[in-house]
Amino acid sequence: MAGNGRAWLVEAGLPARAGVGLKAEHYHAILDQRPDIGFFEIHAENYMGAGGPPHAYLSAIRDAYPISLHGVGLSIGALGPLDGAHLSRLRQVAERYEPGLFSEHLAWSTHDTAYYNDLLPVPYDRETLDRVCDHIDQVQEALGRRMLLENPSTYVAFEQSSMSELDFLREVVSRTGCGLLLDVNNVYVSAVNHQTSPEAYLDAFPFEAVGEIHLGGHAPDTDDEGGPLLIDAHDRAVDEAVWALYERVIERVGQVPTLVEWDNDVPEWSVLYGQAQAAEAIMASVSRSRRHAASA
Amino acid sequence: MQRPPELQEEFAEALLQPGNPVPAGVVGPNGKAAEKRFAVYRNNVAVSLTAALKSIFPAISALVGEEYFAALAREFIRRHPPSSSILADYGRDFGDFLDAFPPLANYPYLGDAARLERAWLDAYHAADATPLDAGELGSVPQERLGSTRIDLHPSARIVRSRWPVATIVEANRSGGAMPNLSAAGGEDVLVSRPALDVIVTRLAPGEAAFLAALGAGEALESAIASAFDGAASFDLASCLQRCLSTGAFLRLLPPA
Amino acid sequence: MNQKTLSAVIVAGAVATALAGIAAPTGAQAEAKEKCYGVSLAGKNDCAAGPGTSCAGTSKIDYQGNAWTLVPKGTCASIELPDGRVGSLEPLDRDLPQG
Repeated sequence: MAGNGRAWLVEAGLPARAGVGLKAEHYHAILDQRPDIGFFEIHAENYMGAGGPPHAYLSAIRDAYPISLHGVGLSIGALGPLDGAHLSRLRQVAERYEPGLFSEHLAWSTHDTAYYNDLLPVPYDRETLDRVCDHIDQVQEALGRRMLLENPSTYVAFEQSSMSELDFLREVVSRTGCGLLLDVNNVYVSAVNHQTSPEAYLDAFPFEAVGEIHLGGHAPDTDDEGGPLLIDAHDRAVDEAVWALYERVIERVGQVPTLVEWDNDVPEWSVLYGQAQAAEAIMASVSRSRRHAASA
Repeated sequence: MQRPPELQEEFAEALLQPGNPVPAGVVGPNGKAAEKRFAVYRNNVAVSLTAALKSIFPAISALVGEEYFAALAREFIRRHPPSSSILADYGRDFGDFLDAFPPLANYPYLGDAARLERAWLDAYHAADATPLDAGELGSVPQERLGSTRIDLHPSARIVRSRWPVATIVEANRSGGAMPNLSAAGGEDVLVSRPALDVIVTRLAPGEAAFLAALGAGEALESAIASAFDGAASFDLASCLQRCLSTGAFLRLLPPA
Repeated sequence: MNQKTLSAVIVAGAVATALAGIAAPTGAQAEAKEKCYGVSLAGKNDCAAGPGTSCAGTSKIDYQGNAWTLVPKGTCASIELPDGRVGSLEPLDRDLPQG
């Protein structure tokens, strides 16, 4: 279990700096420029092929940078059992690249034999909780390490939910010993979509379990009643409102490995790198004002 | 109270069936049914899988046009949703789907073009291996050559077509000219990746049969016979040279 | 012995001819590996929603076109086959003309 203090940061195995999601579009720029950056995060499913350029590039990048492994297809919230073959492919990727940490989503993406390629929502009730905890136990056993579970972006709620998302996450952490990946953009997107307060959500978040933070861009839209609906599109820069929430989080928890995700309409390298530098600037400024407060 | 098993089942089915209602119990913040909110998930599935297919089959998309490709992809996705959460594995049956899709009966070359594009991506992600060194083949004693077997490289794929399939795909991937389909003959194609770049090579008559026989574990003399079966003009020396220089061979195996 | 069975001498001769025609390997290919080999973006998994997802959510049905009735408009040419191939797929329910 996560202890007090910063034990979980050491366990995370990533520097408490900013990183970005590794995109194939940026392989050359990264290897040419060798930017000063905390880490790169990879989507496990993109490196499950046997060989070829993806592995050649990733190996070269891995030689120079820490890597974190982020699964998008394990379907931890699925009704059915976890896919054993997928789990063993995941283990192979982890053995090959020795990532600083592994994370997956509180979501499902498969049903029967079909894979939907979207992070689909789960109801927050006892039955789902039991299933999710079983699946996380299996993952942690198969990988031989603690995993982080990411809070989702959601567009709908379920009448059958009997507890809050935070209570659900807390219960998962306490039962499985897993950590949490706090996606601040998801917090904001879900709060707007469900007309709740992102600040209240964050103030009650179990920060002691957080091993990594995600930031990303979202796209605005409207819902059935014409109210705001945000789409977790990862297709633009991090929103001002999300930066403000991030600062609030960093003030509470100090420096935490922070990832900027940009998956659609991928910009040139310098733009994405700039987003990572912005996250580091916030970490540095919070850390300075903390020192200042301590010495005053 | 509705139980989760039914809910997730219903949710999953409604994702691919636009006519299905939003599953009961799926609501917005006011507790009302959430048609448009649910449509976001439907849409994510359709759009992201269509984008995946388009990235795997760019020539097919150029051939039929983007609008038609999107409609075609949605038809395909509903019949063949991905069975693996690795998107790079998607679309193995897209070529067969195109062959069987009645509105495309007058575009009979699309299936082969799709199979070539799929073979390209399979070669791209295949296991890395150093191809057979030509000198090794040269050092096999003459009397043992005929019974020698040759393992193909893990990236090697053969696509045989009655259409000029490599020319069609090239024209639509990198902007060459479309061949005259009624005049041009068929093309047999070898796709291989000896190092990190995928190579697409047109084969001479008999060579596809030769490679297929070797791939099935037959000895060299039997593969040669297969080649001559289909093509009297088969030229062994130039075939071997092509196979060695494209990295199609992996290693020599002792006689079975 | 028929035409399909080449003698061992001929096979060995073909091997020798093939080898003679292959340029000596150079380090060029190995150097090229360092960078600049092709990067395929095909079939990448993302954990984001698809681009432009919200727009189509506004229409009742996100299937904007029907491949059973649209006509391809790319570079492809149609070709009449002498053997008159006919596709074998049946339309799904929703493909049938309404009313």
